[in-house]
This record gives sequence, C-alpha cells and structure tokens, in this order.
Amino acid sequence: MPRKRKPVSGVDAKLLIKDAVKLLPQASRRLFLRGAASLGSLAMLTGCDIIDGPTAENALRVVSRFNDRVQALLFSETTLAPEYPESAITRPFPFNGYYSVDEAPDIDGETWRLEIGGLVDNKKPWTLAELNGLPEVSQITRHVCVEGWSAIGSWQGVRLSDFLKLIGADLTAKYVWFQCAEGYSNTIDMPTALHPQTQLTLKFDHQTLPTIYGFPIKIRIPTKLGFKNPKYVTAMWVQNNDAGGYWENQGYNWFSGL
Amino acid sequence: MDLQEPATRRTSDIIHPRWVRITHWINAVAIFIMIGSGWQIYDASPLFTFIYFPRQIALGEWLAGALLWHFAAMWVLVINGAIYVTLGLATGRFRGKLLPIRPRAVRDDFVAALRGRLSHDDLTVYNSVQRLLYAGVLLTGVIIVLSGLSMWKPIQFKYLTALFGGYDIARYVHFFAMTAIVAFLTIHVVLAVIVPKSLRAMIFGR
Repeated sequence: MPRKRKPVSGVDAKLLIKDAVKLLPQASRRLFLRGAASLGSLAMLTGCDIIDGPTAENALRVVSRFNDRVQALLFSETTLAPEYPESAITRPFPFNGYYSVDEAPDIDGETWRLEIGGLVDNKKPWTLAELNGLPEVSQITRHVCVEGWSAIGSWQGVRLSDFLKLIGADLTAKYVWFQCAEGYSNTIDMPTALHPQTQLTLKFDHQTLPTIYGFPIKIRIPTKLGFKNPKYVTAMWVQNNDAGGYWENQGYNWFSGL
Repeated sequence: MDLQEPATRRTSDIIHPRWVRITHWINAVAIFIMIGSGWQIYDASPLFTFIYFPRQIALGEWLAGALLWHFAAMWVLVINGAIYVTLGLATGRFRGKLLPIRPRAVRDDFVAALRGRLSHDDLTVYNSVQRLLYAGVLLTGVIIVLSGLSMWKPIQFKYLTALFGGYDIARYVHFFAMTAIVAFLTIHVVLAVIVPKSLRAMIFGR
C-alpha cells in the first residue's frame, strides 16, 4: 500500500486562498474565511487537488472516528467468527506486510521476551517457553484484508482474555497496545481484546509460527481486519489512551471491525 | 369547468415533486462518490486480472483515502435512499409510476425505442422500458447496499453474509451490482441529454 501524493506544481492551495481573500471586501472576507473551512469552497479554488488531497482526508477522518463508535456499538463479545474445517485452510496462506518477505524480522526465540506494561499487576516479561506452557486454544477462521482479499488460516495459542486475567490486567482499561519488532504497532479496544476468539498466537496449523506469519507471536483477532492482527509482537501495554497504530495513523479506520 | 381546468393542469404539470428531486440529486452525488472510491478500493485487490480502474477516474488517490470516502458517503447514500424508498412507498409513487411491468409491453416499447418511435411527450408517464429499468436499479440499489454491509461486517452480520454465499462471493455480488448501476447510469445520462426536458423536470419539477 504505497502512499503517494501529487502536489499540483506551482500551486500552493493556502497561498492561493489567501490571495483570493485579499481581493474581497472586509465583510465578505470574514464570511468567506468562515466558509473556507468547508469542502465546497475549497474545492472551488483548487479543483481536484482538494478531492484527492490531505484536506479532504482530514475532514473524512472525522467521519471515520464516528464510524469507530458505530462499529464499537455493533461489536458483540458473544458473536463468534465462523469457524471452518481443515480442508478450507488456504494453502499457502499469504504473507502480507508493508515490506517484502525477506525483510520480515528474524527473531531469536531464545532471547525474545514479551514485555508487559501499563495497567497490569505483574509486569514480568514472558519467555516463549513460558507462553507455550499455557493452555492452548485453536481456531480456523477467515483473515480479511483491508485490500479486500481473504484467506482461511489455522491458529493456535493462548486466549488473550485468559492471559490478561493471568497477568492481572485492569480489564476496565480502554485499550491494549501492541509494539512489534519491525516498528509496527496497533492499539485495540478492550472489548475486542476480551473476545473469546482473540488469541495470543504461537502456532500456525499446529506448527511453531513461521517467520512469515509473525514468529514468535502474533495477535490473532478474527473480528478485525488483517492489519489489526499484529505480528512479531515484542510488547503489550494495557492503557487508557489510544496510542494509534502504523496504518491507523495514516488514515485507515481505527476500529476496523468485521 | 373552464375555470377549473388551469388548476387541474397546474398540479398534473408537476412531473417530479420536490422530495423526488432533492433525494435524486443527493443520491447522484453519493453514488458518484461510492462508485469512484469503490473503483479505487477494487484496485487494491482486483477480482479480475483484466479489469483495473485508472487512478485518474477513481476517487481517493490511495486505498485509505478511498475507504474514507466510501465509508463516509455510505451514510449519505443509505439515509437518503431510506427516505426516498419510504416516501416512494408511502406516497404510492412507486406503485403509480413503476407498475405494472408487463413483458409484452416492455418488448414492444423496447422495439419502439430502438426505432426512435417512442414518445416522450408526456413525461409523467413512464414507458414500460423505463419502468423496468427504474424498478431494476432500485432493486440493484438494495442489493449493493446489503452486499456492501455483508462485506463490511461479515461477523456481526454473518447471517446476511451467509445469505450472499459468504464474504468472497459477496465481493462479486457487490462488483456486479456496481456494473449494473454504471450501465444504468450510462443509459440514464445519455437519454437525459437526448431528451433535455426530462433533465429540466428533475431540476425544476416540470
């Protein structure tokens, strides 16, 4: 998902508006400036630039935040993602990231630790062996990418709600934030973190999670779009402030629920 | 009787009441945004290798931008559409204008249209081809909204998604419904240009 912007050469939208405003009499100037915030009057001046430009995106992000609230209302902690038979698993399950497969982080499982922080009683870091010793749950669910494609995968690991209770997390906190080895990050809402199918994933198709799928751990959230399923997770913070995320900060919908 | 006639003619002169015109043009803007941004979203993961929408005709510049447009304009489309359908049913306009649709009449009117012999003298009455197309695009509108909802919320609305045969098939349904609407719009706009008084009626009501 490369991000490209094409500024109109030689045209600075802000300067253009300022110059145009100078030509107006005082009273209408004030009125105009008030109206200038609206999409319509800006579009008049700068044409297509505004429709495709960052100003439009910023206005639309307000609607996107509204859509977050609507999605939080639609979300049900008891509505489960459909599960599929083994035969439905997509093989090979696709790799996806903002980098190529060979750039995927190669993490040493021996020295890796899952750092815990925020509103949690026991902040002791976890080793991979310790996580593997916890009770395992399994799911075969559909991974839906924001791009539109989908694939069915088989994931095993620890139910995240069990893990949050185990470490004494404040379950009334609003968010859980994940930091990843390659610099990726995600913040998710607590109701989703507590959904019975949200999983701290250690295995793909009953095998140790391969590097391309996020070794040593991934957070599998079948009720959210793929980009809200962080891989190569190194830290988990329980908190009340929204720390955003890699794609969310660039304009992708924050809740991205399914 | 002579005195009454102008009054009767005045009311019957109104081809499209104000609510039809307002919802029509709001819908026109919303559908334009939905299609343009939908094309950009499609490009992120094309269903057909031979169909790709150039960036110049798509809206949103990149996937996130297109999604922002799509999920903002959906509110306009759905709320405006709900008002239009409610009023269309409540006022009896749909029944009065779109029904009945008889296959034989559709065939006869279609042949007449191809021969350029279809009259547009009375814009208050839709010919059978118009009735079929308007009813058809209304139905397609319902399908595109429902298939869109089933893709947006395949878990929260999983029974709706199942109705469409699952998430992946819902994508195709959504795409073909878009194709049908674009085909309709092409005919719709061409005919509005050929019969400009129909365009005037949708702006001024008569």
